[in-house]
Amino acid sequence: MKIHVCVKQVPASNETLLDPVTHTIIREGTQSILNPFDAYAVEEAVRIKARCGGTVTAFTMGIPAAEGILRRVIAVGADDAVLLTDRAFAGSDTLATARTLAAAIRKKGMPDLILCGKMATDGDTAQVGPMLAECLSIPHISDVAEIESVNEEKCTVRKMTDDGYVRLEVRLPALLTVLKEINIPRLPSVSGVLRGEKAGVGRMTREDLGIDPETTGLKGSATRVVSTERPVPARETVWIEGTPEAQAGQLKALLREEKIC
Amino acid sequence: MLNGLEPGGVWVYAEQGTDGIRPVVCELLGQAVRLAGELEQTVTAVLVGGTEEQAASLATCGADRILLAEVPDEALPDERTHTEVLERLAEKYQPAILLLGATAFGRSLAPRLAARLGTGLTADCTGLEIDPETGLLRQTRPAFGGNLMATIVCPERTPQMATVRPKVFPMPVPSLNREVRVIRERIDATEHCFEFLERLPSADETDIGAADVLVSIGQGIGGAENIALAEKLARRLGGTLSSSRPLVDSGVMPYVRQVGQTGKTVAPKLYLALGISGAIQHMAGVAAKTIVAVNTDPDAPIFGYAHYAIRCDCGSFLRALLEKD
Repeated sequence: MKIHVCVKQVPASNETLLDPVTHTIIREGTQSILNPFDAYAVEEAVRIKARCGGTVTAFTMGIPAAEGILRRVIAVGADDAVLLTDRAFAGSDTLATARTLAAAIRKKGMPDLILCGKMATDGDTAQVGPMLAECLSIPHISDVAEIESVNEEKCTVRKMTDDGYVRLEVRLPALLTVLKEINIPRLPSVSGVLRGEKAGVGRMTREDLGIDPETTGLKGSATRVVSTERPVPARETVWIEGTPEAQAGQLKALLREEKIC
Repeated sequence: MLNGLEPGGVWVYAEQGTDGIRPVVCELLGQAVRLAGELEQTVTAVLVGGTEEQAASLATCGADRILLAEVPDEALPDERTHTEVLERLAEKYQPAILLLGATAFGRSLAPRLAARLGTGLTADCTGLEIDPETGLLRQTRPAFGGNLMATIVCPERTPQMATVRPKVFPMPVPSLNREVRVIRERIDATEHCFEFLERLPSADETDIGAADVLVSIGQGIGGAENIALAEKLARRLGGTLSSSRPLVDSGVMPYVRQVGQTGKTVAPKLYLALGISGAIQHMAGVAAKTIVAVNTDPDAPIFGYAHYAIRCDCGSFLRALLEKD
């Protein structure tokens, strides 16, 4: 079983990102982590490998420092990792990102299964997974809560939908995006961390991928961010004081006034 | 003119769930009418598999025309099939804008379709405006867990695609007796993502995203007895019980009830947060009209978001609130 996992480096906290004076994004000095959802995808890949044998390869696109999360992924059981890094990739929107990842995956050889986290916590779009599947012309199942069985031809999954859970069968190769309820990711062992530190992380540039500069990065992105601003502050907080009984009574009156209850 | 449908126009994908057309479709049609008005274009609803009756309900919400794609019955909508259908319709009719609900299915279909059409897609928009100079759709969305509002355009590709969460926009006032223009399109889709096996009976099928009132509990709720009181309050208010992440992680509450960045985004009229500290990751999932917070810690971040702040322990407050009446 050949399994690929796509991961992303995200800021550890969304709070420290804005300069309180200039309202611009502070990237310097912000701590970066593996996107929490991707940890579930990595864990699931490592578990499938333990059951069925095979290899797990992690991919990420990012700045050179994103190599750190790939070493972490190797520390918890991935066999190898590829960092897509090039100035030409900078400013990619979700589709340009998916196209670039697709080129790298084609270059490395199509796997049986691609696993992605449901979404990244910085962009919150949940778009790259399904877009990547489309770029590779393979099926995808999003919001997978459980992989019940898998072999090289097909896999059976439990998926969360808007109307409850369903069981589906999907032919491989396919891409799955996973929910946090799928597993509890392991922590790296000391020997794992050492393996991660020693592992060679492959690097690929735009030239290595052989893709047109018009299809990646800012140039290859259909969307443009035209402005960013701080959200309009919420209305003033009204403190309701007094005994619990008085507070309860006041709240009821206020909600009635607002015609809520 | 193709079947009386000029190129351009604002399209809304009419997603269907187990209970028929989802309410978010109507909410989107309300916005589509406003946007199309500014562009002096028409509003089209695209219904993939559906009835004349459903088509009529879309007209009531503001659609000028309904494209009814005839496809074989599906137990569950398939992203690849719907991508193929929408691709063919988009190629034929060339819409300027395509809006989809940011439901679990919409968030899975829209990116696949955008990749197929090679166009831009903006997820979870909270504001949609037409730029008066360029005529482009200005799509505003929260980023970085709601710390930043970004306005995005898609200047060179069409359709300009956006998804919008349910309940972000109001239901439009229904306009009855509108002329319904239904254009049937037969499309033999050949692509599929999956084979449907079965729907699973779920212990908890609650959709917290659909609730108008959420009574939401966090680590500070203070024990099973108070959780029972919170549930009672939720029932009394005609609402639903939801939770923050720690109670889900510790197994007290099921994942389907989790509000926040790693759970569900909710937009109720009233969000009553009981013993929730209000970390940014939690608040990123809350787009409520009115937020009431009950917490013993006056410095809890939740009070920075709350419209009504109540410093009290949850048990005492719940007992007081349930006693009156």
